[in-house]
Amino acid sequence: MPACSTKCGKNAILKRPKTGDALCKTCFFEAFENEIHFTIERAKLFRPGSTVAIGASGGKDSTVLAYVLKLLNEKYNYQLKLVLLSIDEGITGYRDDSLNTVKQNQEDYGMPLKIMSYKDLYGWTMDEIVAEIGRKNNCTFCGVFRRQALDRGANLLKVDYLATGHNADDIAETVLMNILRGDLARLNRCTSIITDCGDGIPRVKPLKYTFEKEIVMYAYFRKLVYFSTECVFAPNAYRGHARVLLKDLEKIDPTVIMNIIQSGETIKVNETAKTPSLTRCTQCNYVSSQEVCKACILLEGLNKGLPRLGIGKSSKVKRLLKENEEKNKSCCRNDTQESACICKANLPSIK
Amino acid sequence: MDIKLEFGGGAELLFDNQKQYKITLENKKTPWLIGDLLFWMKDNLLKDRPELFLQNDSVRPGILVLVNDTDWELMDTVRYEIKPNDSILFISTLHGG
Repeated sequence: MPACSTKCGKNAILKRPKTGDALCKTCFFEAFENEIHFTIERAKLFRPGSTVAIGASGGKDSTVLAYVLKLLNEKYNYQLKLVLLSIDEGITGYRDDSLNTVKQNQEDYGMPLKIMSYKDLYGWTMDEIVAEIGRKNNCTFCGVFRRQALDRGANLLKVDYLATGHNADDIAETVLMNILRGDLARLNRCTSIITDCGDGIPRVKPLKYTFEKEIVMYAYFRKLVYFSTECVFAPNAYRGHARVLLKDLEKIDPTVIMNIIQSGETIKVNETAKTPSLTRCTQCNYVSSQEVCKACILLEGLNKGLPRLGIGKSSKVKRLLKENEEKNKSCCRNDTQESACICKANLPSIK
Repeated sequence: MDIKLEFGGGAELLFDNQKQYKITLENKKTPWLIGDLLFWMKDNLLKDRPELFLQNDSVRPGILVLVNDTDWELMDTVRYEIKPNDSILFISTLHGG
């Protein structure tokens, strides 16, 4: 068995994908935690005294994130107040089980927990949405709704930051996906460690440079309990293809992960390329690149029995929305009857 | 030779949702390597969809392997020679998040 690369005298337990170093358990914990601390310090992620909501799914990444943030907060005196924020998508056999893991984290780490459900926010559970739309585009709904749900939860909790467990592999995957889709606007911002939606709550990714392998190894050696059932609807997600490609490349050379992130960070999108500017949704006031945000369009489709409304070309959406606008004039454009409109009834306005 | 197999991180879903197996490997002329064990597992334990566990002559990328709590990448991976009472753990990194 090889000895620890730090010459501490102990046997190594893991080969680090990032550096190739062989480390013992103690040196691995230290390196893992210190790198996250260094990432937080270098990017000046958190102002002292602020409140941070941790987007907690009960999975490996958010469980490790919550554990490490608590540890670093105490060790380096960040003076942060940490809370857990979970989204209940309403997926039977998946999220109901994983939320129990989050509740366990709440107890173990002594952090307050807030759960926001799709049913409360949008009037639909994912189970009900899948019954309408089928299993082809369901992940579009889930992704769009969850992003907003986290922001709405963060607003409700009046936190200063929303921290998510996105790891290096996730970010490299997203860079690849945005290249494959030609989505320059997202390619431009997907590697940012801190994203600020206008006057919204900044989202931060403290695990941005942390490899998935190390997160799983860390959770194993620290004996952290996390939930690992695949979402029952996930097999059709496009992300899966980017993921397989990345894992195959990683096997040949793990540094490919950091190389892709670095490419994403330094790539400069041609200024003449058309990128949408961010504005606010005219229906729910959430930040959006279109007049009406994706969540409102998807929701309108669901509520009007046209579940495919928000899937595909935006020109088609615009035409259908224009038709609907005529009909909706009485409710959407009339403030006194605001609650009568389907979208406004279900989506409380942000700020 | 008796050894212990363990599964975590979702890898157990491929093995009847059972997290631990105690198995006996028949003596053979050449030493048992993990590479041999993987094919033994495919023939004896894997219920369906072997492509979610195996790829070419190794585990599918994204599945971590630990031998007696040590990363198999420090131990020659598929060429590691199995010893009696070894505990071999397979953790999937591909599930959840």
